[in-house]
Amino acid sequence: MYKSIAYFFIILTLQLSLGCSSNNQELGKIKANNQLYHAIGAQEGINSLVDALIKRIAQDKEILPYFAKSSVTHFKEGFTNHLCAVTNGPCEYNGDTMYDIHTGMHINEKDFNRVVELLIQAMEDVNISYQSQNKILLKLAPLREQIIKI
Amino acid sequence: MKNMNHLFSLFLFSILTVQLLLFPIVSFANGKLLATPGVSQVEGSGGGGLVPWAQLAGYATEDEIALSAFCTLAKVKDFQLNTCGGQANFYDRVEISVAEQNFDVDPLKLILTQKIIGVKVRLYNDLVYSTWPQVSLGLQHKSLDTPNIGYALGAKKDSGTDIYLAASKLHLGLVAGYNFLWNASLRYTKANEMGLLGFSGPNGNGSIESELSMAILLNKHLAIGTEYRYKPDNLGLNEKNWQDVFIAWFPNKHVNFTLAYLDLGTIAAIPNQTGWYLSLSGSY
Repeated sequence: MYKSIAYFFIILTLQLSLGCSSNNQELGKIKANNQLYHAIGAQEGINSLVDALIKRIAQDKEILPYFAKSSVTHFKEGFTNHLCAVTNGPCEYNGDTMYDIHTGMHINEKDFNRVVELLIQAMEDVNISYQSQNKILLKLAPLREQIIKI
Repeated sequence: MKNMNHLFSLFLFSILTVQLLLFPIVSFANGKLLATPGVSQVEGSGGGGLVPWAQLAGYATEDEIALSAFCTLAKVKDFQLNTCGGQANFYDRVEISVAEQNFDVDPLKLILTQKIIGVKVRLYNDLVYSTWPQVSLGLQHKSLDTPNIGYALGAKKDSGTDIYLAASKLHLGLVAGYNFLWNASLRYTKANEMGLLGFSGPNGNGSIESELSMAILLNKHLAIGTEYRYKPDNLGLNEKNWQDVFIAWFPNKHVNFTLAYLDLGTIAAIPNQTGWYLSLSGSY
């Protein structure tokens, strides 16, 4: 019994991971390119997500102080533009680099992870699917190196 | 021996008490994403159910301390293993763990007892955010209070130290948008049936064994997965590799439950040891 369950699980995993990436790579790439952007509701979806995140940040005692000196409008424009760009929407990110924005803020791992959690909550607030949430986190995760402890 | 038992229980009790006392004044270590530290494995280290993982137990990050406690019940055809223990995670760098195992041998109507002290050090990287896997080095020092059965079966020692190197990585959205986690560990061990039947024997005196785990997070709170653990056969009793299929539920960062179907193969020459595993951990 164990073996059949384990095999089923392994095959399922392989199917799921290969099935989506290997067939018709070129066609798949073009389609997959802005799939995430549309899955989260395109520009309108991103606007509501950023609004939801700002609300979450405003209610968070730990994180709000980091934003004390920043302009909400500036953050909103920058992050909206950034999300549009990383989800392959029709925008190019032209704001400041992550490094420039966060230098001197001395963000530790805990607070960085807290913001990730607030982002997840905000994505839940605007009903972005669990799968799309993970894909967005995947796009943003590599930026951690340019954000913490600088 | 009796004294040791008492000392051990007292130790566990004091961990729980300290946890409860600290609760109102010290902020709970919660600097990690839900479910990413995994659960507690049967020898007390943070990990899956059978395999120690590279993650340290609890949700502590670089400037936090996390304390956890757990109890696990594993029931197969002719045996039952009860394990309780706890872990302290210092700054997501060092994990200290203790566990006591009580192993009911139904055919002989007796209980074998073993205590395990573990240390694990995170060498580098972060499970979620690094490009490369998180890697940790750990050891588990085991002492068997009831070595007579092991000696009778050919074991040479009543204590031993396992050393393991574990690598683990969470891949965000890898499997159709779901997060996929794997862990691979290499363990140097002399233990027979994890140490419950003593250490070393006529057929072996230490070997390197591999252990593999993988899991998919179905949502923030639920993970399913499977584990495989190679084991030596020092006693020549046809000791088998262990495997399980599990589902783990993380309602919040304070508590988690794991249910697994176990296949432990042949134990002490008695075959077909399949059954169930239930574990509960609390953390902060």
